[in-house]
Amino acid sequence: MDPIKDTAVSIARAVNAKEAAAAEIAEALIPHVSRVDAQLGAYLQLTPELMREHARRVDERVRAGETLPLAGVPVAIKDNMCLTGTRTTAGSKILEHFVAPYTATAVQRLLAAGALPIGKTNLDEFAMGSSCENSALGVTRNPYDLDRVPGGSSGGSAAAVGGFEATLSLGSDTGGSIREPAAFCNIVGFKPTYGRVSRYGLIAFASSLDQIGPFARTVEDAALTYDVIGGHDPLDATSVDRPLEPTAHALREDLRGVRVGIVKEFGLGQLDANVRACYEAAYADLEKLGAELVEVELPTAEYGLATYYLVAPAECSSNLARFDGVRYGLRVDGADVGEMYEKTRAAGFGPEVKRRILIGTYALSSGYYDAYYLKAQKARTKIAEDFARAFARCDVIASPAASTPAFGFNAKSDPVSMYLMDYYTIPVSLAGLPSLSVPCGAVVPEGGTRPMPLGLQLATPLFTERSLLGIAHAYERATRHAEKLSPVEIAAA
Amino acid sequence: MPTDRIDIRHVATLARLALTEDEIATYGAQLGNLMTHVDALANLDTAEVPATAQVVPSRNVQRADVLRPETSLTREAALQNAPDTVVGYFRVPRIIGEEG
Repeated sequence: MDPIKDTAVSIARAVNAKEAAAAEIAEALIPHVSRVDAQLGAYLQLTPELMREHARRVDERVRAGETLPLAGVPVAIKDNMCLTGTRTTAGSKILEHFVAPYTATAVQRLLAAGALPIGKTNLDEFAMGSSCENSALGVTRNPYDLDRVPGGSSGGSAAAVGGFEATLSLGSDTGGSIREPAAFCNIVGFKPTYGRVSRYGLIAFASSLDQIGPFARTVEDAALTYDVIGGHDPLDATSVDRPLEPTAHALREDLRGVRVGIVKEFGLGQLDANVRACYEAAYADLEKLGAELVEVELPTAEYGLATYYLVAPAECSSNLARFDGVRYGLRVDGADVGEMYEKTRAAGFGPEVKRRILIGTYALSSGYYDAYYLKAQKARTKIAEDFARAFARCDVIASPAASTPAFGFNAKSDPVSMYLMDYYTIPVSLAGLPSLSVPCGAVVPEGGTRPMPLGLQLATPLFTERSLLGIAHAYERATRHAEKLSPVEIAAA
Repeated sequence: MPTDRIDIRHVATLARLALTEDEIATYGAQLGNLMTHVDALANLDTAEVPATAQVVPSRNVQRADVLRPETSLTREAALQNAPDTVVGYFRVPRIIGEEG
């Protein structure tokens, strides 16, 4: 068993069978991660002592006869999720020194299942961005080309798994923040149905869209993680109270009888020729596996971006009002309490966060609410109805996860060009659907020297995670694209 | 591009954000540009459409009114991240004027 390269399934199997000890895994990972991360910058904080402590507990529990679904599996956690006693920064100066006084439910479930926490990963500040460049606290590089971004906002979590610095990680996805970085880093990134995974302990960005989900190097590992972290939690009032169907043991090997919807409005015409060829090949592979391709229409999908850039900033401006320098985080003194608020927020938030707070405040302000926020919520209804109609004709919708492979640093200086990275993922998020990105090939981008991965986005109706993961697994097993690329060699220090 | 359509100073006041003159110019232009993209929504007919706040059917959630110490913070834990405290409270600058 190789604790760095193997899957979560095989690591847990070896630890449960007492063929390997969690303590050995921790001792193998700790020096490896600190060496590799000096180059990648996936982590904002490493937690070696916590990892050793959890490893000791796992070994004790296994010796006592317990079988743990994630026994000894090294995991990374996006730094917008609380873990008691660790700094939890959301990639922001305003929370740079915040120490979490409690643990997020998803993290707690992961650790209770035997996972070993390596550390907390970098992200775009408050999960707002598509490249990790909006982090105020560090630079994360793409493990497949260090001159390119890992994607975002969960860029650190994606780079950690793609760069073999973690077997699994947790991310959060509001408009594509799991699926886009998964595509950029040659891994599987899975956003469950809204409400399937508790948001308790996740620092809120846009509460009607935020959803926690796993990154993994195989669909089976992602399914295993989802089975552990998913399910109702009384501590999150939006957590869905319906039984979770286990997914990891229900994966399929072919796609006979599956109808795959190809969205007419998502034509591949505007993509670079090599990228387009890759997606055409992916659709053809789905057909070869027995699926039937059907064209479906999402006529309101073109309004997705406009809808999202009203709904998400509006919710963000409301959620981030809590950062006022009173109870936690940065405080900059002022002559009175009002000046203290204004100076604290000016010093603590970065440009993208300020931009979104301003957009949201404007869209919610007196006289504009009906024209913007309410209109966007109505558009959201139409987008969700479009998907429901499309799913009458198909079981799953396939599309690119992003329109390009990972781009270089500072390549998207205009905010709107960065927002366009989430063109394919945003409509799915607005509809709340379960969705994932699975590796589907690679292209050498213009100006690049190495082949960079691409991801195929799959989305299915609400609460059909089992069907989604089954389809993705069949595609992955037949094509094995992830295995064809290797991350950049990181030389010994 | 209508960069002057948004009173960015007013919005910043509502958002409790102090902005520099440079930021006012930059964000004003960027917001104007973004809102031009967003204006496309006006073309979408939503006359008969209800608004969606939550895509997954949800209902009001209540719980029994009982103490749950395992999910409550102690006073010490609740104050551990506070920028300033006094005798177990958060301390802030004076809110009410010295006069009257």
